[in-house]
Amino acid sequence: MPMTITEKILAAHAGLERVSPGDLIEAKVDVALANDITAPLAIKVFDEIGVEKVFDADKVILVADHFVPNKDIASAQQVKLVREFARRQKLTHYYEGGDSGIEHVILPERGLVLPGQVIIGADSHTCTYGAMGAFSTGVGSTDLGAVMATGEIWLKVPPTILLRYEGKLRPHVGGKDLILHTIGLLGVEGALYCAMEFAGSVIEQLPMNQRFTMSNMAIEAGGKNGIIAPDETTLAYLAERTTRRFEIFKSDTCAEYDRVIDIDVTGIEPQVAFPHLPSNVRAVSQAGNVPIDQVVIGSCTNGWLDDLRDAARVLKGKKAAPGVRLIILPGSPLIYKTAMREGILETFLDAGGVIGPPCCGPCLGGHMGILAAGERAVSTTNRNFIGRMGHPESEVYLANPLVAAASAVLGKIGGPDEL
Amino acid sequence: MENMKVEGRVWKFGDDIDTDVIIPARYLNVSDENELARSCFIDIRPDFATGVSQGDVLVAGKNFGCGSSREHAPLAIKAAGIRVVIAESFARIFYRNAFNIGLPLLESVEGANGLADGGRATVDLATGAIEGKKGSFQARPIPEFMARLIAAGGLVQYVRKVKIRG
Ligand code: SF4
Repeated sequence: MPMTITEKILAAHAGLERVSPGDLIEAKVDVALANDITAPLAIKVFDEIGVEKVFDADKVILVADHFVPNKDIASAQQVKLVREFARRQKLTHYYEGGDSGIEHVILPERGLVLPGQVIIGADSHTCTYGAMGAFSTGVGSTDLGAVMATGEIWLKVPPTILLRYEGKLRPHVGGKDLILHTIGLLGVEGALYCAMEFAGSVIEQLPMNQRFTMSNMAIEAGGKNGIIAPDETTLAYLAERTTRRFEIFKSDTCAEYDRVIDIDVTGIEPQVAFPHLPSNVRAVSQAGNVPIDQVVIGSCTNGWLDDLRDAARVLKGKKAAPGVRLIILPGSPLIYKTAMREGILETFLDAGGVIGPPCCGPCLGGHMGILAAGERAVSTTNRNFIGRMGHPESEVYLANPLVAAASAVLGKIGGPDEL
Repeated sequence: MENMKVEGRVWKFGDDIDTDVIIPARYLNVSDENELARSCFIDIRPDFATGVSQGDVLVAGKNFGCGSSREHAPLAIKAAGIRVVIAESFARIFYRNAFNIGLPLLESVEGANGLADGGRATVDLATGAIEGKKGSFQARPIPEFMARLIAAGGLVQYVRKVKIRG
């Protein structure tokens, strides 16, 4: 029986010949991930379950990235708890301080996640690693605590929606615009409980960072995972990062899909998601006159090196408009360092930017760029829910790094063409 | 499952209620559920945390609990006193989290539409039968595996009983 890539990975990890959508399975987990917000609860659950040791000290990865550098006493207590657990359990992979960055950026960057794996993270954007051809999904802390204890998880095999992208990309259009367009098309629950499989010649041409951006936001359409079959781009990316072995899965040509959606990218302009849902998208040329107070470039969606390069190209020799706070957070220390060497950070500073440490920062309204009542931000992040970046009466507009950078200069929402 | 009948006030919300509004990130520097409960829905409905009583029923539209995976969201709802959430549909991670911590969810389009804010509702968790002022509604019964989780007292107890002790 033909299967999709998602079904194949799940079958292999459940020790089954085949699985079908709707099957309840118990899958072996290759990587279990949690962060400074979700790990404390997961550790509590782990302790309640009452086993001594995590299932594998090499496979549990804990990253302090949300409220770090610790923003207050309570956050510091949480991180302390996570750090002590990591020490007690002798975890190989605990990241904090200058060794850390945004979890979904540093895991691929350091070769800690591989194609064909089952990756379970107590963070909804764990779906990011689907871009490498892994089954990767977010869960809550109780699930994660149980995974840390048993190395297994119960899963319902999802039906798959195949999204095929064909045509020619316009200038300034990339993975962020494709996924925003797709979420606009499907709605925020359009892929509920489903696997999203991104394919087509446009995906094949996308660099790894833009594939990560797309898989990252699968959850924003309600998806369980957002997967892309590994190809030469994936292998080249991995070759620079790991010598570990992995298995490559691909969908059979006659695999059964819940839905097949063909998307012609030729007419797609840079997209902007208006408040307060990621599905509320418009072409940037249709944004109208929306003055802004802040621009954020960073996050697990667009904190990659190429994103910073894009933004720097737009900002080179220009300044953020008076009254616009431009905040940039590189996704990892390595990205930070490379951006420094390439002169990108200098471009940002000359443009009036504030460069933050590699962490989540204002993405979830944690710290380092909170919005006041009535303020508006253009952000390269993934969510624009009510109060996501601060006051419940503030507004977040989601866009790609080129549009975000251009908007900073314009003082209102706009694309690089308007400069 | 003991005590399968729930009777309480209805707190009604709309579509696409995300976990950021259930419990905003600025309150996530703690994990204590009673502290979390105090900030539940604070941005969109400040009267919830102070007005809710033990045994109340939360009703919502489509895609309840979308967004962030934070388990603090169902924990806050449960600690606030809500015994069951009825919605047209639930976001995936929230659905898992709620059953894992022992907060039952019922899917029912009619129930979600037929119950009014401030009214009273009686819910039978075993059968999915819902009764409100405007009539009775039948929710999809809780799937068997989820019912086992709730019966065990959540995933922790389930894993202790079934996985660890065999
Ligand atoms: S960058 Fe934002 S979306 Fe990504 S993990 Fe951090 S808080 Fe979550």
